[in-house]
Amino acid sequence: MRITLKYFASLREALGPGGTLDWQPAAEPTAAALRAWLRAQSDAHAQALAPGRAVRVAVDQALADGATPLRDGAEVAFFPPVTGG
Amino acid sequence: MASRVRIQEADFDVGAELAALQGERTDIGALASFVGSVRGHTREDDVSALTLEHYPGMTERSIEAMLVEAEARFAVQDALVIHRVGRLLPGERIVLVAVASSHRRDAFQACEFLMDYLKTHAPFWKKETTPQGARWVDARVADDAALARWGLASANAGGQALPASGAAVDAP
Repeated sequence: MRITLKYFASLREALGPGGTLDWQPAAEPTAAALRAWLRAQSDAHAQALAPGRAVRVAVDQALADGATPLRDGAEVAFFPPVTGG
Repeated sequence: MASRVRIQEADFDVGAELAALQGERTDIGALASFVGSVRGHTREDDVSALTLEHYPGMTERSIEAMLVEAEARFAVQDALVIHRVGRLLPGERIVLVAVASSHRRDAFQACEFLMDYLKTHAPFWKKETTPQGARWVDARVADDAALARWGLASANAGGQALPASGAAVDAP
């Protein structure tokens, strides 16, 4: 399935801005499953997306969580906790 | 008509924005506003600049949704949120939240609600430039607590600081 991946702030610095991904999920396509798959792609990914790290996710530009299902063509963004205002 | 949510690099004129919000209307009895500015120091260091990043599209959408939520909770006649991005210097304005209402209580409350919501849910990230180098600002658990006063849960900062809270830790 096709995923548009985006990273912001410290994750963007570690992994780049993201891009388009052709992902073949082994099980239910969820945000947590994608995060786990990404961790296996490189040492930088493993570190930036490590389970203990505070990483937030948005699916199709709405805040989501690990259980959020992903559809073909979804836009998925990973970023640290927000600090605006 | 100007948009109610504006993300921009340029500064804004608070007086002109408030005057525009009031316009020719005579049913607005109260205008409450909040202006956030760049502090020149933290507890540890001097800050020479702040660089703000956002998520184009999602940032605007999320703040628009917050305005709709504020209108459901309070008697809001009009509202405006301007948030700057890019590199800002100490003393420069970052954010303006303005709410027009018939009476002060709704205006004050909606303004505070919007700021508490924005701090924990709008996708912006701050990076400070200090003598020790540049570093991303950590989210504060106190900001989650501020939103909780309105009956809304937030685990923005909490996922890291409160590992006992379970789901937030391994959830992306």
